[in-house]
Amino acid sequence: MAKITAGVTTSHVPAVGMAVDMGKEGDAYWAPMFAGYDFSKQWMKENMPDVVIIVYNDHASYFGMEIMPTFAMGIAPKYGICDEGYGARPIPDVIGAPELSTHVAASLITDDFDMTILNVLEVDHGLTVPMSLMFGAPEAWPVKVIPLPVNVVMNPQPSGERCLALGKAIRRAVESFDGDLKVQVWGTGGMSHQIQGARAGLINEPWDKKFMDDLVNDPETLQYKPHLEYMVEAGSEGVELIMWLIMRGALGDKVDEVYRFYHVPASNTAVGHMILTPKEN
Amino acid sequence: MKPNFEQYKDIPGTTIFTIELAQEGFELNQFCMTLRKAANREEFLANERAYVDKFNMTEEQKLAVLNRDFQKMLDLGGNVYFLSKIFASDGLSYVQAVSTMTDMNVEEYKQMMLDGGRNIEGWRSKKERGEA
Repeated sequence: MAKITAGVTTSHVPAVGMAVDMGKEGDAYWAPMFAGYDFSKQWMKENMPDVVIIVYNDHASYFGMEIMPTFAMGIAPKYGICDEGYGARPIPDVIGAPELSTHVAASLITDDFDMTILNVLEVDHGLTVPMSLMFGAPEAWPVKVIPLPVNVVMNPQPSGERCLALGKAIRRAVESFDGDLKVQVWGTGGMSHQIQGARAGLINEPWDKKFMDDLVNDPETLQYKPHLEYMVEAGSEGVELIMWLIMRGALGDKVDEVYRFYHVPASNTAVGHMILTPKEN
Repeated sequence: MKPNFEQYKDIPGTTIFTIELAQEGFELNQFCMTLRKAANREEFLANERAYVDKFNMTEEQKLAVLNRDFQKMLDLGGNVYFLSKIFASDGLSYVQAVSTMTDMNVEEYKQMMLDGGRNIEGWRSKKERGEA
């Protein structure tokens, strides 16, 4: 059977992608942030999965407001890279996992999660920046990817309870696949940030750190945190953190914390990053 | 369950992009989506008025675009991820554009971020700040 071997969370700040593309990782501004991912790149080499399910949000890059799916899943063999207004990032296309993704999508729908199915999708920084952070700038990505876009842009976003439950359903879906695959689930976005209005630039480090603690130890309580609290305490865009709950749900009840990193700032944002593995037994 | 959009209105200096606001801003955000293509960005920058006139936006929305009044665009149903296509067309970063919505210039804003970001104390509630 396929198995969920680890979960990764990371912020997906667009400027980080630009820094990678322009070779600025060593600049004084960026070096401390990229140094926080050195461990992760090495760990990833030693724990390379076959497929990564990347939970992310599109930033008006592929989805406009004509169609705004709450939860969607890509089932295509390949995903192109969006032009987000600056020209598309010069990175390889993202390779899909059609066999596993059709199984997982069908399993989720059968399990009462009404997924929107994407046979065509271009991916934006929400998905590609985490890949750059974990894999650097290879000529071809070392893993296959199942994109799982979540609406966190338009309120109402899905509830925390629904996100955690979706993660649990992803675990059931993966474990019921007849193939010997190692699968990771990544939750991206966050941490505290606000990129609009007079309150822009908000960062709430104590809140972010408590969120990471609770994500590890007490997701069953964390799931009930209302959107209002995310928006007040972590900024209007901090609500992206509900996507970390999907990752957490996929790991089972208990996890081991392999790694944690926190850094301010990357552009307008607090960067948070964790590697978690399901606790055996 | 009855949606509660009112609860978001007490957050100071913040516009929550609700489904209601999204509906009001649909044409504005549709215009922004066209700027994902380089050819359209060039056409827009070459004659902005003619370009925005191709869309079914209100005059107020069009003027906000032409004036690069991002706060006004938010008030009229724009969302920052859509609006980013406008400032990307201008060659501006998120930090450069976002700082224009605050009371700081871009250098002051960058320094605030380097110093750990905007402290939340005093920024939780309009009522607390005497703004409501």
